[in-house]
Amino acid sequence: MTYFLQNVVNALQWGSFYALIALGYSMVYSILMLFNFAHGDIFMVGSYIGFGVAAALVALSAAGVVVLPSWLIFTLTILVTMILTAMLGMAVERVGYRPLRDAPRASAAITGLMIGIILETGNLAILGARRVRFPDLIESVTYEIGGVYVTNKKIMIVVVSLLFMVAMQYFVSKTKWGMAMRAMAYDYLVVPLMGVSINSIARLTFAIGSALAAVAGILYGIAYPVLDPYMGVLFGWKAFVAAILGGRGSIMGATLAGFLLGFIEIFVAMVFPSTLRDLIAYSIILLILVFRPHGFFGEPYSAKLRL
Amino acid sequence: MMRNMLNRFAEVPLAAWLIGALCAVYLEQWVGDPLTELLLLPKIPVLFGCLIVLKTPKLIPSTVVFLILIYAVPICVIAYAVRKPANMIAAKLFSGPIWISAILHLGLLYLILHIWSDISAYRELTLKFTLIAIIVTLSLNLINGYMGEFSCSHPGFMALGAYGASVFSLVLFADDKNFGEALLPGILGPFMFPLGLIFGGFISAIGALVVAIPSFRTRGDYLAIISLAFTFIVKSLIENLEFIGGPRGLGSQPDFSNLLVVFIWTVLCVWIINNYVQSVYGKATNAVRDDEIAADAMTVDTRKTKMVTFMFAAFWAGVAGGLFAHVLRFVNPSTFGIQKLAEVLAMVYFGGLNSVYGSIVGAVSLSLLGEALRPLELFKWIIIPLLLILVMIYRPTGLIAFKEFNIRNLIQPKHIPEDEV
Repeated sequence: MTYFLQNVVNALQWGSFYALIALGYSMVYSILMLFNFAHGDIFMVGSYIGFGVAAALVALSAAGVVVLPSWLIFTLTILVTMILTAMLGMAVERVGYRPLRDAPRASAAITGLMIGIILETGNLAILGARRVRFPDLIESVTYEIGGVYVTNKKIMIVVVSLLFMVAMQYFVSKTKWGMAMRAMAYDYLVVPLMGVSINSIARLTFAIGSALAAVAGILYGIAYPVLDPYMGVLFGWKAFVAAILGGRGSIMGATLAGFLLGFIEIFVAMVFPSTLRDLIAYSIILLILVFRPHGFFGEPYSAKLRL
Repeated sequence: MMRNMLNRFAEVPLAAWLIGALCAVYLEQWVGDPLTELLLLPKIPVLFGCLIVLKTPKLIPSTVVFLILIYAVPICVIAYAVRKPANMIAAKLFSGPIWISAILHLGLLYLILHIWSDISAYRELTLKFTLIAIIVTLSLNLINGYMGEFSCSHPGFMALGAYGASVFSLVLFADDKNFGEALLPGILGPFMFPLGLIFGGFISAIGALVVAIPSFRTRGDYLAIISLAFTFIVKSLIENLEFIGGPRGLGSQPDFSNLLVVFIWTVLCVWIINNYVQSVYGKATNAVRDDEIAADAMTVDTRKTKMVTFMFAAFWAGVAGGLFAHVLRFVNPSTFGIQKLAEVLAMVYFGGLNSVYGSIVGAVSLSLLGEALRPLELFKWIIIPLLLILVMIYRPTGLIAFKEFNIRNLIQPKHIPEDEV
């Protein structure tokens, strides 16, 4: 039982990475009907930016220039990284997606894929092949609750990501910008005629998605401190699965699917040998799609797509 | 002046160009070595000098001289010189059955490639991989271009084909530590090899059924993730099957894919797929892409069309995988991952959707570019993606999209009306 609960905790942590990244995917997919294959690499860059900001703040603090408490360093790291990564996301949108607004959707997916490769290689060219270590922003404390070991990092990761997901849900369902985004997801042809600029909505979508990916990147860096330039690839593709599994136009769906993917992967590894993880996890996903071909919360849409 | 020159070359038929190229590659074999020494080049420029130029830029002038002397001048001069007899022969052949003429042209092409690749093993390997890339790209173009879906399962199909064909030839024709002694005498091997490839192709077509059954119940983007999940599943499955080597891979396949075999399979693939896309099924596939409801109303069985096309494409991906395994003579599951997927997708979208020409152009140019830019190391992976982004922005459907491939136009004699000469 404790073993089971222990794995629930691990799965919650693992799932929150997937869910945060899948959110960004899902937003772009719902609103612009695009596969943003650069998203996994934006997550990676976000993690590196977080590393840079955190290292700079820790160094400043250690040198005595400005003495900051560790919680403030953490908060500042998240905020600054979110802003910087959001700018990266907007730049990606401007360069790779806006020129292709009227092109077949798959072409835009290819530019995304290529931008991803450029980000990976650029990182490798700038920082070299050595792996960097994320600074310890939080001192690790382990609590034991009924035989289950929980570190404060894990609690913090799950809480922070849930916080961002709730904020996201609020933003999309309650604010005016969120309404514009939902309208755009509903019909991207008519809504621009109503005076909503598709370019600013696209920019906003990419900014928010990238900022969420940056949060995931920092949290990932805190949990698994060794970063490498290709860490975004597999995360990106798996989050892509989660995003579409959630259903088009559903933030809840993407979040749930992200957590589900995390749970499936962790629990398959718990029951079976870990080499079978991908095999069984993706077979389960395949089965889910056989019975729910539109994802969890997606609605069947008409045969006519944009391609 | 320039226009006049081009006009003169307009009446040179394909056969004459091929003869010119044949002379050029012969010339390279005869005088290539002395000429390299004369020009102080380290060795014969293997890939049209790209590798040498990128490594040591000060050799640019001598490389250019080499290329002009060996390739440009002989090809142009000889092609121009033999244009009249070549036109006559082409016209004579053209009036007979088309396949005789086609086979003669292909034979010439093969001779050129064979002599060209004789210079170095590196050239031969690059050429084989390029030909295999053509098969893979064409088959993915069937799904992503002609059918208009977004499939990510080609690495999985290639893996199935590669392992299927490898197991076939290892069980039957090779003494292997996994499968024991050969069941059939090795002399039969090269003749049975096509069966092995077809076996691999069928395995991947059956794999395609797993993807197709759930994903073609509805139209939408579910094929994208189901096929992606399929790629992950196949890779993981192979990693877990110990009898085919697991994550270590499977090696020492017999050396069945020489250049001729790969060339013949590539030609077969281009021919069959080109016929397929011009057949009723191919047109039905296009109709389903453009408007599924309208196609349905026009009595197209949309589900069956999609299934057949998908499995057909998977078959060819499997064949390509089998050839790949026998060229490299080693396969392991990590070859068929996300990296491969990005590579194949790039070739399809670079060359052009819905086009046999485009697939050939995309596969050839990206695989040669990938090899030629090798000296740049890391920056290769910045230049190639940038190039692709530019192509996507300025030609969103690829370089040569929506163009039909017609062998008759290619090999026909070129006559210029009398009054224009």
